Amino acid sequence: MTIRKLRMWIGMASLIVCALGVAAFMVIMLFDLSRQGIPVLSWEFLTSFPRQGMTAGGIWPAVFGTTVVTLLATLLAAPLGVACAVWLEEYAGEGAFTQFTRAAVRNLAGVPSIVYGLFGLAIFVEGMRMGASILASACTLALLTLPSVIATTEEALRQVPRALREGALALGATRWETTYSVVLPTALPGILTGVILALSRAAGETAPILFTGVAFYTRYLPASPFDEFMALPYHLYILSTQHHDPELVRPLAYGTAIALLLLVFLLNLVAFVLRAQYHPKKRL
Amino acid sequence: MTSRRYFWNRFFEKSLAVSAFVSIATLLGIFLLLAIHSWRAFERIGLGEFFSLNAWNPAAYDTPSYGIGALLLGTALTTLGATAIAAPIGVGMAFFLSEIAPLWLRNLLKPIVELMAAVPSVVMGFVGIVLVGPFLARVFGLPNGLNALNGSILLAFMALPTVISISEDVVQAVPRAYKEASYALGANRWETLTRVTLPACYSGLLAAIMLGVGRAIGETMTVLMATGNATAIPQGFFSSVRTITATVAIEMGEVPTGTTHYYALFACALVLFLITLTINFAAERVAARLRKRGQ
Repeated sequence: MTIRKLRMWIGMASLIVCALGVAAFMVIMLFDLSRQGIPVLSWEFLTSFPRQGMTAGGIWPAVFGTTVVTLLATLLAAPLGVACAVWLEEYAGEGAFTQFTRAAVRNLAGVPSIVYGLFGLAIFVEGMRMGASILASACTLALLTLPSVIATTEEALRQVPRALREGALALGATRWETTYSVVLPTALPGILTGVILALSRAAGETAPILFTGVAFYTRYLPASPFDEFMALPYHLYILSTQHHDPELVRPLAYGTAIALLLLVFLLNLVAFVLRAQYHPKKRL
Repeated sequence: MTSRRYFWNRFFEKSLAVSAFVSIATLLGIFLLLAIHSWRAFERIGLGEFFSLNAWNPAAYDTPSYGIGALLLGTALTTLGATAIAAPIGVGMAFFLSEIAPLWLRNLLKPIVELMAAVPSVVMGFVGIVLVGPFLARVFGLPNGLNALNGSILLAFMALPTVISISEDVVQAVPRAYKEASYALGANRWETLTRVTLPACYSGLLAAIMLGVGRAIGETMTVLMATGNATAIPQGFFSSVRTITATVAIEMGEVPTGTTHYYALFACALVLFLITLTINFAAERVAARLRKRGQ
């Protein structure tokens, strides 16, 4: 009896250790990044150009580039992803083509981001002659985030009660009128949550923009969608591995890391609040 | 008036269907592009040479060689290490969350797990350089901590959110009656967990781990920054390794379009693409079988 009890407590303790270990890693990581990164952050750091071979100054062009590219990617991915999800959920039956589409979306979600980078290089940069540019990077990131936009939108549409659709249809609305004026407004918070999460993913990705438009350093802000740009994740990569004196620029790297992390966490927080507000029952 | 309404209905039915083609076209496009470009590489290099343990040295002036054996081993080693860490911890944490933790703790830990999933891979790589690397170097007395183990730890951490959240769903799907029957027979919580709940969700946990592994294999920036990138055949977890993803990331920016080296990198990506596709497909099959049984 006691051996059984002992075994139970050891087992339970080991599960607790697992949870503690995960939480501890996350806490230590965030603590170290903020301890060394937050003192570097300042309005001036965020809004000035890098100076003296990137050993001083700020990260403004990287902030600008990441913002523009991410927004553009989302503008491309959101309508396309929502349209695809609406078609899958509201129009398509259970045919072979529907299943094929679903399988394609699921598999696209598992394709490594570096493969998207190569695809973007061959199709957008070289094939469509966009050159290494904001536009090519945004298109690549849009394709990367498309599967997750589709998946979250489908999920949001599935949450809309059948009775709402049937009510609208019974009143004589066509399927499109039902979708547009009843289903979509009801599902909007869920859809927005998914779009914001896609935004946060696009902001943090490096591999897809590596060959499609990101630059080591630009003297000016990009003036058109066909210019190269700097981006926060790539800037962090440069500062921590490609710089001629990585130890010297460590504080700048910490500042860049914490800026990127704050941006991503802020977007996740917005998504979290949005979801909690509209699905009080599904609160995590 | 009515006909116009029906026209719009038909119009959107057709035009929305077009958007579905984008996903299919992208997937087929990626596959065809990789296949065609790889074909050119295989024509010039030869399949035997490409999949050999010969050195990966495409930039050599006189005799470039293109063996991805060492790179594949690098990917395998880091992924294996990541799985060995993430699988027990992930499943353990899922059990903890769904079976032991009180509600307030669950509500605290779940958002943390979600935030883990949101950390960009380049930030994880940075953590590997400034935190995990020095830690490993001190503990094991190494000159530097940029090795396969470092990559494994970081990849494990990146795979964990996937493993944890899917495992938790799987564990919660186990019917209450199973557990109640076990308690009624006098088993305690640990015995119920390991002999009733665990066997009941075996295949679901397998699917969760496989999806986590799929994510780890394709990860680029983290391993690029944390594993040291030596192209030699890895000797163990303490040796510096270079993965397939890191190779593509490092070299693609510098090769001229249309050279053998250029096509060889696409062939690397094809190998990677096929591996992740296979893993995801297998995980899906496991999950589908599970759903069928549940109905």
